[in-house]
Amino acid sequence: MSARAHVAAQPIGGAFLTRGVAIVGAFAAAGAIAILWRLVYGLGAATALNDGYPWGLWIAFDVVTGTALACGGYAMGILVYVMNRGQYHPLVRPALLTSAFGYTLAGVSVGLDVGRYYSLWKVPLYFWHWNLNSVLLEVALCIMAYTGVMWLELSPAFLERGLTARSPCIRRFSERALPIVDKSLLWLIALGLLLPTMHQSSLGSLILLAGPRLHPLWNTPFIPLLFLISCVGMGFAAVVIEGALSSLATRRQPETRMLANLGRAVVPILVAFIALRLADLVWRGQLAALFAFDHYSVMSLIEFALFIAAPLMLATDAQRRNPGNLFRAAMVLVLAGGLYRIDAFLVAFNPGPAWHYFPSVGEIFVTVGLVSLEILGYIAIVKYFPILSAQPRPAAAR
Amino acid sequence: MGISRRLALKALVAAGSTTAAAALGSPRAEGAGLPVAPPDAVGLLYDTTLCIGCRACVVACTDANKLRRDTSWSAGKWQAPLDLNAKTKTLIKLYQDGPVQSFVKQQCMHCIDPACANACMLGALHKGEFGVVSYDPDLCVGCRYCEMACPFNVPKFEWENATTPQIVKCEMCRDRLAVGKEPACSEVCPRHAVIFGKRTDLLQEAHRRLDEHPERYIPRVYGETEAGGTQCLYLSHVPFEKIGLPAYGPTSVPAPQRTLQHGIYQGFAAPVVLYGVLATVLMRNRKHSDTTEERS
Repeated sequence: MSARAHVAAQPIGGAFLTRGVAIVGAFAAAGAIAILWRLVYGLGAATALNDGYPWGLWIAFDVVTGTALACGGYAMGILVYVMNRGQYHPLVRPALLTSAFGYTLAGVSVGLDVGRYYSLWKVPLYFWHWNLNSVLLEVALCIMAYTGVMWLELSPAFLERGLTARSPCIRRFSERALPIVDKSLLWLIALGLLLPTMHQSSLGSLILLAGPRLHPLWNTPFIPLLFLISCVGMGFAAVVIEGALSSLATRRQPETRMLANLGRAVVPILVAFIALRLADLVWRGQLAALFAFDHYSVMSLIEFALFIAAPLMLATDAQRRNPGNLFRAAMVLVLAGGLYRIDAFLVAFNPGPAWHYFPSVGEIFVTVGLVSLEILGYIAIVKYFPILSAQPRPAAAR
Repeated sequence: MGISRRLALKALVAAGSTTAAAALGSPRAEGAGLPVAPPDAVGLLYDTTLCIGCRACVVACTDANKLRRDTSWSAGKWQAPLDLNAKTKTLIKLYQDGPVQSFVKQQCMHCIDPACANACMLGALHKGEFGVVSYDPDLCVGCRYCEMACPFNVPKFEWENATTPQIVKCEMCRDRLAVGKEPACSEVCPRHAVIFGKRTDLLQEAHRRLDEHPERYIPRVYGETEAGGTQCLYLSHVPFEKIGLPAYGPTSVPAPQRTLQHGIYQGFAAPVVLYGVLATVLMRNRKHSDTTEERS
């Protein structure tokens, strides 16, 4: 399972600037303007955040939901390295690449969200000031470390390209670095499995500090486990979506069989999530709140409907092999997990009747811009670096 | 493959069940070991039956803390903040319901086990001298987790400051305490509706008033045990919830999350063990897949 042993990944080549890239680029440019606006005029001017809702779209979506969507690398890592299903190896690099981008841009969002971004470097370095009770500290350190680990896990892709670079300097560096990375890769991969286990669960615990101001439907000591289980499901869904979209965009044969199997892996995960979420509500005597039909109850019921719809859409082999249905099921699952997270951080949180929050145009532009930037980066990297596996030959297709 | 697959599943299930066990264990821990105020804890005692709503405390606080006056709702005419905010560390609010009315003073409650300090990554907000919940901007990154955490909506952020925004909240005039003075609000109060003292003395005084005039008060000292106990205490003639003091139990707000996280992490032993198991599984799997691949 060494990184390069049986990865026949190749750059897909072709021109970077296509019409699609230009459109996505326009969104990224709009995001850049919104970012500039925030930096010059401040959070009060650029966002709808306030002293009642100090956390908004950038935390609830970009960080809490975005990093869960970026759990493709984590989910594939569990499957390929822990469960030892080597046949899925071709999906690992593209999944890791989207994950690395997802986490990196969540980091950028945090940088824009915090008021004193120029002090962020103190968080990892001022270790004698670390507040070990702070769940946010754990999440922050863990996410910083994991982002670095993912780019290191991906570094063979860049170094392999470096072997054929024109500059002799880069060639020599790649020749030297590649065996070192190869040797340490196992330890990096193990870290790449440990760190998301830690911070994806802690992202759930994070909101528990709101305590009495958090609605009981979400205020549960099981929230870390619920976040952990659902992020693995969302990770697989993200790999399915990304696999379908990238094969469409690059006109390559989709890895239908493999993606269908991921669809099967998701079903027990979702069943576990639904069972735990329900059992927890029963255990805490909150079942009545689920059917109170106030807006908390309605949002929860929508979550449940989405979480139940996804495994139903993936129940049979025929359903899973239908690429359109598989794609739709993955989208439903992503919506379910995303809604669960946004509900926990924005809907369930009630600072009192005086406060309201709906993201400002600027906030939305920043989020859309960062996602666009992620797409551009992904396209650029798969074109010039060996990320996607070579077109499967009919004989090798399984 | 049998052994490593089994080991791998065990590791993952163990990781999951640690969180589950911590989750199941956490309600039992509730109520156990309530927070204890530091021995030098000072505080404020506010009495709704004495306050006449003159707001001298609000003005004195603004001066003592060198804050700008919030005149945004009166077009520059009066200092009339709507709520605690980046320019306002204390505020007198009015509660009115027919003939019943009451003033109430708002400021940081200086919790014995503060959620904000529990949230703060580098301890910019921390329990300082005299148990005052103090702020050090040098350690603040402006993440506002403290605002998410505070059950009393106290910490405020300088939203209009684009470059160096700070968290603003009452620090009980700790620079004045350091030179032996009392907080500006209690010093200036003409009716002694808010008084300053050691928390133990204030509690004693509050109970004396309750005993002396039981007909005047709701029979409780708010803050004696609420949210694990606060250093700022209240006596009221109207129900506390009506004047913005929610009915919190004796468990401090950060206790459930802290118990859960420390239960999961077990002094960081759990992540170390999980890492070891993962590395072992990966190593075994590599050996296995290397041999199978040669065949394919």
